[in-house]
Amino acid sequence: MKILVPVKRVIDYNVKPRVKADGTGVDLSNVKMSMNPFDEIAVEEAIRLKEAGKAEEIVAVSVGPAKAQETLRTALAMGADRAILVETDAEVEPLAVAKILKAIVAEENPGLVVLGKQAIDDDSNQTGQMLAALLGRPQGTFASKVEIEGDSVSVTREVDGGLETVKLSMPAIVTTDLRLNEPRYASLPNIMKAKKKPLDTKSPADYGVDIAPRLKTVTVKEPPVRQAGIKVPDVDTLVNKLKDMGVAN
Amino acid sequence: MKTLVWVEHDNASVKDATLAAVTAASKLGEVNLLVAGSGAQGVADAAAQIAGASKVYLADDAAYANPLAENVAPLVVQLMAEHDAFVAPATTTGKNIAPRVAALLDVMQISDILSVEGEKTFTRPIYAGNAIATVESSDAKLVITVRGTAFEKAATSGGSGSVEAVSGPGDAGLSSFVSAELAKSERPELTSAKIIVSGGRALKDADTFQEVIFPLADKLHAAVGASRAAVDAGYVPNDYQVGQTGKIVAPEIYIAVGISGAIQHLAGMKDSKTIIAINKDEDAPIFQVADIGLVGDLFTVVPELTNKL
Ligand SMILES: Cc1cc2nc3c(=O)[nH]c(=O)nc-3n(C[C@H](O)[C@H](O)[C@H](O)COP(=O)(O)OP(=O)(O)OC[C@H]3O[C@@H](n4cnc5c(N)ncnc54)[C@H](O)[C@@H]3O)c2cc1C
Ligand SMILES: Nc1ncnc2c1ncn2[C@@H]1O[C@H](COP(=O)(O)O)[C@@H](O)[C@H]1O
Repeated sequence: MKILVPVKRVIDYNVKPRVKADGTGVDLSNVKMSMNPFDEIAVEEAIRLKEAGKAEEIVAVSVGPAKAQETLRTALAMGADRAILVETDAEVEPLAVAKILKAIVAEENPGLVVLGKQAIDDDSNQTGQMLAALLGRPQGTFASKVEIEGDSVSVTREVDGGLETVKLSMPAIVTTDLRLNEPRYASLPNIMKAKKKPLDTKSPADYGVDIAPRLKTVTVKEPPVRQAGIKVPDVDTLVNKLKDMGVAN
Repeated sequence: MKTLVWVEHDNASVKDATLAAVTAASKLGEVNLLVAGSGAQGVADAAAQIAGASKVYLADDAAYANPLAENVAPLVVQLMAEHDAFVAPATTTGKNIAPRVAALLDVMQISDILSVEGEKTFTRPIYAGNAIATVESSDAKLVITVRGTAFEKAATSGGSGSVEAVSGPGDAGLSSFVSAELAKSERPELTSAKIIVSGGRALKDADTFQEVIFPLADKLHAAVGASRAAVDAGYVPNDYQVGQTGKIVAPEIYIAVGISGAIQHLAGMKDSKTIIAINKDEDAPIFQVADIGLVGDLFTVVPELTNKL
């Protein structure tokens, strides 16, 4: 079985995003960029399935600018076998990403596509579900456990009320949540080896996908800022404050 | 505009998250509701009472006993022939189903809206709420998820909707529900609680978390939340996580204990009315958003606070 892992290049999670003064977006110039953290978890899961003998090949794919190669090299250094960059400088919305992935699935025939549940830049949480819909395949979203059993996969999902387990027929789509695994760091020798692994470059047009955005961004603004308040010296003062708010008597 | 609102329920009662979605939908136009369930007549009857409800579609079928996206998305798509917008709460159920509906309709979903600015214009948070985007859709139909803390809850009575039975395509044969491990708690639910006490990595382990955080929460009749670090370390289950990728909360009072205040955590609680932080590090970022801060060792401060309340 082959596993396809879509990975997105996003602002590093440790960087505090700043809105551009002209209100057109978030300033990404000279900002550290990394693989979306949920996608690292997706790559790790694919590698573990391969190590467990459940998969033979892992293909990483990214839709984005030329620099997204770095993200793909990270996936290769972690353990993916080859990579596809669908290069574009445009911002591609989840629906269009899902359409591109659908076309890649048609070529590659993976048994599983493992995506992140959410990109930490657009916070959409859509692409995996959309891909599953376009392919008419089942979806195991927000996964904290993935177990392949014959021709089905059992996915334990992090839901608002706790955990839920569903059984999906394969091929299937899975999106990762934080507790699925702890991604490994790529070792130096593996980073070197990754440079020699195959990386194909394509364009959205190669897949016949129209990536024109459906949503127009009118403005991007800073959220209202909270002012820091006061510090109280001791518990008694805090108790009095809580009493003032009517929550203690 | 005719909207179709996803009713979140457990085949017994309507979940609160539905009510904020109804309010958001009512800003767009007529509000019809969809109850997809099994043995859910009572839920449909209750949904019909929600203020502003026009029609309630009840799709009662064993295939909808659990809201598997593979089964319910085609049902929603069928009903969307007569609606202009599908509106779901941004719960794990809504987030699972809505994008599947959107792709089937060839529509780009608008996730987690904070406000309705016009027929097709909405605001939504991006970058963990560090930026607010105003977006305008060019699609013929809308698919929207609604952030629960951003809209008032519609009243659960006063409505006079009519219930209409519908049948959908049923079981798509792609997926099945196996089991659920749902947390049972006497405490208020996190997303609707007036007071929340949240604990972070500093709480050491599950037992310490229980001994320190729970008594304070009980004194205040508060819900209990946690940072990702506390959940990852197994102090509490995943459904306690507050933040960008967990639950979004906005209680009257949020008490953060031993939580540093990473942007991913702030994303989930910075709309709380009053934030109280207890942390031994006076430079912890949580103090930059806290209305009231107490610098101290939580292991002495919190028990003292619990005692004095
Ligand atoms: C993709 C992604 C998604 C994420 N999503 C979320 C999310 O939804 N929610 C979330 O919370 N995080 C999330 N995070 C994690 C986030 O970045 C932080 O790592 C996490 O919030 C830190 O948790 P913490 O504050 O409990 O731990 P720490 O940052 O380790 O802070 C512990 C704090 O406790 C204080 N402390 C220690 N001992 C004591 C004591 N005895 N008394 C008082 N204070 C003490 C310390 O001063 C420190 O400030 C996410 C991260 C990523 C990469
Ligand atoms: N441009 C992209 N290239 C590759 N994968 C992507 C891209 N955008 C989204 N994804 C995948 O879809 C997941 C969810 O993203 P989103 O729906 O944008 O929140 C991500 O975690 C990735 O796995």
